[in-house]
Amino acid sequence: MSWILASLADALSLALSLDPKLVSIVVLTLKVCVTAACISVLLGATIGACVAVGKFPGRSTLIVLLNAAMGMPPVVAGLVVYLLLSRAGPLGAFGILFTPGAMVIAQVLLITPIVAALSRQIIEDAWREYEEQLTSLGVSRMRAAPTLLWDTRFSLVTVGLAGLGRAMSEVGAVMIVGGNIDGVTRVITTAIALETSKGDLPLALALGVVLLSVVLLLNCGAHLLREWSVRRYG
Amino acid sequence: MQQAIVTLDAIRLDGHGHRVLDGVSLRLRARRTLILGPNGAGKSVLLRVMHGLLAPSAGEVRWEPVADSMPGRAAPVAALRAPRLAMVFQRPVMLRRSVLDNVAYGMMVNGMAPAAQATARDMLGRVGLAHLEQRPARVLSGGEQQRVALARAWALNPDVLLLDEPTASLDPHGIRAIEAIISEIAASGTAIVMVTHHRGVAKRLAEDIVFMHQGRVAEQTRAAQFFIQPQSQAGQDYLKGDLE
Ligand SMILES: Nc1ncnc2c1ncn2[C@@H]1O[C@H](COP(=O)(O)OP(=O)(O)OP(=O)(O)O)[C@@H](O)[C@H]1O
Ligand SMILES: [Mg+2]
Repeated sequence: MSWILASLADALSLALSLDPKLVSIVVLTLKVCVTAACISVLLGATIGACVAVGKFPGRSTLIVLLNAAMGMPPVVAGLVVYLLLSRAGPLGAFGILFTPGAMVIAQVLLITPIVAALSRQIIEDAWREYEEQLTSLGVSRMRAAPTLLWDTRFSLVTVGLAGLGRAMSEVGAVMIVGGNIDGVTRVITTAIALETSKGDLPLALALGVVLLSVVLLLNCGAHLLREWSVRRYG
Repeated sequence: MQQAIVTLDAIRLDGHGHRVLDGVSLRLRARRTLILGPNGAGKSVLLRVMHGLLAPSAGEVRWEPVADSMPGRAAPVAALRAPRLAMVFQRPVMLRRSVLDNVAYGMMVNGMAPAAQATARDMLGRVGLAHLEQRPARVLSGGEQQRVALARAWALNPDVLLLDEPTASLDPHGIRAIEAIISEIAASGTAIVMVTHHRGVAKRLAEDIVFMHQGRVAEQTRAAQFFIQPQSQAGQDYLKGDLE
């Protein structure tokens, strides 16, 4: 029991002393995940809005696929991106496998369906509420999409934060396409996996504490934003 | 005889296994037509069909073209175009933005962007909400939202304004305020087609009364005549208070 407490004490002192190694891992994690989340929100919300207001053949199939893709196993996303980016793959010429760029791509592949499926639901609910009013004002379906995106902006930010949380806590995909290279592609989750297997529990625990704190902060932020927006805008 | 504004020809609408509108034929000529009738008579559905938001199962709606009076352009022969319609719903939907932006929005999407902000301000002044223009629209009271919705519809400068119980859930003062605004809109040349349960409002505003009952038009009568002696049994029962 005492060794756990001792590790925890070491972990906290590492985290509080802003250990350079730990800081560089956290910074890289945030860079990769925030970039991926931003790209995913742009892509996902656009897809979500088009599916929500659009009328086209195969719409229901697309919705089912999107919902199913929310549960895509990260290792599969990683594998797909690995195949695309590997030397012999169609995008191998860019040589970005085992770089942060590859990790961003894998995470975008992973998170975009989540953002798209959730924002599709949110925007469709808003469309149901707005449809008659907007149609009466002479707004076409496609013109309605940007209006709905704007009017659901706070919910969409929450969706984006959920996507960010997912990206930060994901390990399989970034491990495969990033390679967990020290100082280059090592992020919090892959570092925890490695340090734990090496037996360096204080560093693993310190990273775990940071990860939990960041995820908690994200959720607090999402909650406060929702509360505020409901109070402010109804 | 005034020229017809709209003609409805044998409109039928089936929904959820029953007939909601059952052969409605109407020709509206009056500048201010009020539609009365008990709950569920099909009044709101009729307005939606007229507006083109609901497609009837049978029959057709024909809006008479209006002369296109473009300010500053003297056409040798007045060009004709379809009338512009606007509607205020029983429960208006406010967009998640300020009161001013709600009113401007309708104009922005209808190619009236340059003057939108200024006109929206003017409209809010006319409906007595100038002091609330920066408030988020969805936190306004029901009566205030009704007035925003009126301003938003009026700002489109419609030829015909369809109003679905714009005075519902308002206090007597609020009812008078809305009524005054509607009179002003009518005076500005917009034809009014309005559903209401407020008899006083109908009496004061209406030229013609259309009385609906069970998905049919029970009668269409001059207002002065209707409130003294309705032509239909349903209309008589309604005025006596036996039909609600
Ligand atoms: N989109 C629709 N399609 C089919 N039926 C509908 C539709 N909307 C409403 N109905 C039905 O039509 C009937 C008449 O509804 P409507 O809303 O027109 O009544 P109303 O005369 O406006 O009543 P109220 O005074 O309560 O507003 C109701 O039975 C309703 O369930
Ligand atoms: Mg109604």
